[in-house]
Amino acid sequence: MSDPVKTSLLTLDARTKKRNAAETRFRMYGLAAIGAGLAMLVLLLVTIFGNGLGAFQQTFVTLNVPLLESKLDKKGERDLAKIKKVSTFGYAQLLSQAMEDALAENGIDSDLKAKKQAALLSKSAAADLRNFVISNTDKIGETVEFTFLANSRVDGYLKNRVTRESIADDKSINAEQLDLVDELVAAGVIKKRFNISFITGADASDQRPEAAGMGVAMMGSFFMMLVVLALALPIGVAASIYLEEFAPKNWITDIIEVNISNLAAVPSIVFGILGLAVFINYMHLPQSAPLVGGLVLTLMTLPTIIISTRASLKSVPPSIRDAALGVGASKMQSVFHHVLPLAAPGILTGTIIGLAQALGETAPLLLIGMIGFIASNAPDSVASGLLDPNSAMPAQIYEWAKRADPAFYERAWGGIIILLAFLITMNTIAVLLRRRFERRW
Amino acid sequence: MKENAMDNIKISAKNVQVYYADNHAIKDVNVEIEDKTVTAFIGPSGCGKSTFLRCLNRMNDTIDICRVEGDILIEGEDIYDRRVDPVQLRAKVGMVFQKPNPFPKSIYDNVAYGPRIHGLARGKADLDEIVEKSLRSAAIWDEVKDRLDAPGTGLSGGQQQRLCIARAVATAPEVLLMDEPCSALDPIATAQVEELIDELRQNFAVVIVTHSMQQAARVSQKTAFFHLGNLVEYGETNQIFTKPSDPRTESYITGRIG
Repeated sequence: MSDPVKTSLLTLDARTKKRNAAETRFRMYGLAAIGAGLAMLVLLLVTIFGNGLGAFQQTFVTLNVPLLESKLDKKGERDLAKIKKVSTFGYAQLLSQAMEDALAENGIDSDLKAKKQAALLSKSAAADLRNFVISNTDKIGETVEFTFLANSRVDGYLKNRVTRESIADDKSINAEQLDLVDELVAAGVIKKRFNISFITGADASDQRPEAAGMGVAMMGSFFMMLVVLALALPIGVAASIYLEEFAPKNWITDIIEVNISNLAAVPSIVFGILGLAVFINYMHLPQSAPLVGGLVLTLMTLPTIIISTRASLKSVPPSIRDAALGVGASKMQSVFHHVLPLAAPGILTGTIIGLAQALGETAPLLLIGMIGFIASNAPDSVASGLLDPNSAMPAQIYEWAKRADPAFYERAWGGIIILLAFLITMNTIAVLLRRRFERRW
Repeated sequence: MKENAMDNIKISAKNVQVYYADNHAIKDVNVEIEDKTVTAFIGPSGCGKSTFLRCLNRMNDTIDICRVEGDILIEGEDIYDRRVDPVQLRAKVGMVFQKPNPFPKSIYDNVAYGPRIHGLARGKADLDEIVEKSLRSAAIWDEVKDRLDAPGTGLSGGQQQRLCIARAVATAPEVLLMDEPCSALDPIATAQVEELIDELRQNFAVVIVTHSMQQAARVSQKTAFFHLGNLVEYGETNQIFTKPSDPRTESYITGRIG
């Protein structure tokens, strides 16, 4: 041993310097990792909202439509059966008339043919008007102010998605029509405003992206979640309580435990094909039905719920079980009176997270056909219950994303915003419930 | 002071063996525990005193790998008989644990829980009376009577332990088992609980496991010394601490093994 070198606390020795440098480097890595994560999140949100917010706004055309008795009800009998015989072609003429009136009223000259002028309206305009007349026959003969959806090209033009350059190869709109749009916008006939029917409405065909909405798919998702909640929660909680509190610890329960953990990692599409094989092909449950979708998602959610429930049961201190048994409670009394209430916040959180996962799941739904095209909303819609064909929010988003018209692309992003809103709401509820229950003592 | 009558025997253990899987934790223990007496189990850590205590109300049943052989009779009835329901047994043999473990419920509900599940009260007034009596006999009534709705977990450690004693007393047990009831308490709380144990002796057979020899000497009339799973010596507390007959007991109480 050499003589100890006299060291000062005021100067750092080489080892300390090295250690401090390593610590500083590690902090930097950590900060960089978090920074990268946050940057991704911001990028994601900016992209989603940048692309999707437009879907909540829609361009509308307000016209005064003369509901001519001579066209709609020649004999003036107001006989619904006869009124219904007038097809959308008959109404299209009224629309052209209304458009011409609007141009004249605002002093706009246009060389366009009436048909081209009316093409600024959505292809659903005539049908919308017809539906209105059929349910309001007393209005026949009057002139009614009516707000129609604008064609998706017009909508795109107002949202800068469609430009004068981009329509060069577009047969559905031309530059003169855009000139007319400019003039109508100046006159206040064409306006862009919030569109509630994107949230509540039904899907629409390829030709009418402006009319498509999430409403029906939302109902489909809602029905599926009901099924998942009604099945996965009781089954999952009962299974976990049995496994955690009552089951003997032997190789059979070990195998069950390993398998539950493995099931949680099984790709969701496997559950989809299982659902297709078992629920539809073997049990002959209807295709595209929320019941089947719910069953498949239940299978998928069960492992999540079981794992989180077991974890929260495990986290209840054993002293509470001892205390209950010590005063002569039975096993079941100790579980239901003492352990379960303490584990409840964890179970709730796990369940809601599981539900949120199920809500966003797409792949298994594609396999069991939960991408029904439902063009009308309840109560007329075929999609009104657990056994009727329906779609689901993520499946609807996927469906829109693969359609050709860029207007649907915008709606897919908008749909993602709605889906995210649901997920954030569910997670918030999970957090609030947990806080509420934990604060009790 | 001590009536030396055979019918004063509350618990009688004969040739008790306990195994944890392959580990022989209790080796052929024979002991007779008297009623209205405090019996202390002492011994170094891991000597099996807590294990033996937990046999007396079959708390070891909850441990899968634990196996008990031999007979444990309470007033002549074998508690390991197939006809005995451990739940019913535990109402008769109350237990207080090492760490105070009140339920995360109100003070009132903590005490009322046992009587409720055993149907001991015939109404609200009856239950109120049981709760008050139990809290009084645990010497905590005056401290909590104004806040029976407050959470039991909000009390101090010593109060919590006395609440747990009240909870155990509330089911009107005949035997009270205490597994190191003071090891998590400060000296003042310990003194209170010890005083309480002495009072509880009026009504119950009390069996207490303790690490503290002073405590055993203070509260108990009988002492059993366990070592490596054997019951080495059992007798009057005075005699064990002054004239131990076994050299191992002497080594332990003089601090040479532990």
